[in-house]
Amino acid sequence: MYPVFKRELFSYLNSLMAYITIGVFLLACTLLLWFFPDTSILDYGYAEMNSFFSLVPFLFIFLIPALTMRSFAEERKEGTYVLLATRPISDWQIIVAKYLAAVILLLFALLPTLVYYYSIYQLGLPKGNIDTGAVIGSYLGLYLLGSAFTAIGIFASSLTKNQVIAFAISVFLCFFTFSGFESLSKLFELDKIGAILLILGISEHYQSMSRGVLDTRDLVYFLTFIALFLGLTKYMIGGRRW
Amino acid sequence: MSIKVKELAKHYGRQKAVDSISFEAREGKILGFLGPNGAGKSTTMRMITGYLAPTSGNAEINGRPINPKATEVKRDIGYLPENTPLYADMYVREFLSFVGETYKLKNLKSRVAEVIKQVGLEPEQHKKIGMLSKGYKQRVGIAQAIIHNPKVLILDEPTSGLDPNQLADIRLLIKELGKEKTIIISTHIMQEVDAICDDIIIINKGKIVADESLLSLKKKYAPQSLEEIFKKLTNT
Repeated sequence: MYPVFKRELFSYLNSLMAYITIGVFLLACTLLLWFFPDTSILDYGYAEMNSFFSLVPFLFIFLIPALTMRSFAEERKEGTYVLLATRPISDWQIIVAKYLAAVILLLFALLPTLVYYYSIYQLGLPKGNIDTGAVIGSYLGLYLLGSAFTAIGIFASSLTKNQVIAFAISVFLCFFTFSGFESLSKLFELDKIGAILLILGISEHYQSMSRGVLDTRDLVYFLTFIALFLGLTKYMIGGRRW
Repeated sequence: MSIKVKELAKHYGRQKAVDSISFEAREGKILGFLGPNGAGKSTTMRMITGYLAPTSGNAEINGRPINPKATEVKRDIGYLPENTPLYADMYVREFLSFVGETYKLKNLKSRVAEVIKQVGLEPEQHKKIGMLSKGYKQRVGIAQAIIHNPKVLILDEPTSGLDPNQLADIRLLIKELGKEKTIIISTHIMQEVDAICDDIIIINKGKIVADESLLSLKKKYAPQSLEEIFKKLTNT
């Protein structure tokens, strides 16, 4: 499994695409949080990162599908999957290796944003007047959200050999699982169905983690979510319908 | 190690790509696997290498069944797929090291250098795979198939698109490898079959129409040439 993981990660790091997508993500984040007056933390006046944590999921909806769209779609198009499948490695190992490589890459997208925390920490009055616990919880939630989106992206990539289609499908699935369930639940506001729909969506669990509360239920939700989509990927890959 | 194929079949919906075929590839022999395009050669090879799961029947290497889940048996198989798919963004040595790592080979560096020499890739070994000419890509394909020194080699059209010099080199290499390995090779070139194969299997529309040694096949249909025999058996 390790060789496949290493190859995947290196192939991300050797491609301009990863740098450009992550660069655009960081640029958009910085512009929205520090320069554009409507959303700027400076204009907002409070030393907190809430606007960052409510903005990034929507950027992730585009960033993550762009990073993961090639993972299986390209192998399928070039016919290179056979190079992996005829080695003494199982399908599960290949899927998990590709997934982990994408999740590690996501870390590279998030790490630079720690600068924002540092800046707010320094700018606070008095200095350091920021709820560090809440920030840590939010980062954890954000990373889990990103990992869940990555699982969706890997799955969408296993559906087709066309990377653009894989991108479109995963953008939709990310958007729907993130806020679609919440919006749907509003249709059934007084019903039990509404409450169930709300719990199914990522947004509910993400927000609960953003409050700085680490609840095992949220953790279990994210892990189940990831396992579900990787399981679906296994189903698609295992059948070799291509 | 011998390969035994028993009533192997692959159906796609109603279409029978491979229709219950049985044969055996003997140790230390080169088996030529012939047939018109679409006869089911590649599908059969994909099942023997454990890439595709058969609809029914099975293939065995020394009594161990091969299927997509049998990861350990795959250590004994080297496979050159049709059209030689490779990771174009990797360097030759990097790619071969990666393949070696998936088999957890020891002395990986020296083994990579050894296969590069064996297939004649030395002048191009520092290039990216995407930059190589077709002949050299083919050599990388063969190198990745033999790097773990498998006992069984499955080569799907290893000489398609090569120039006459490269053709001779690759044939010599295959012949050399065939001395100690069991090889199944598919090809459309009859001179090649004449030059390197010991046994012949001809399949047509998913069914075996000939399964004999090269000599006895020629004797049986004398004085016809291999091409004429091929035409006669597959034009039905």
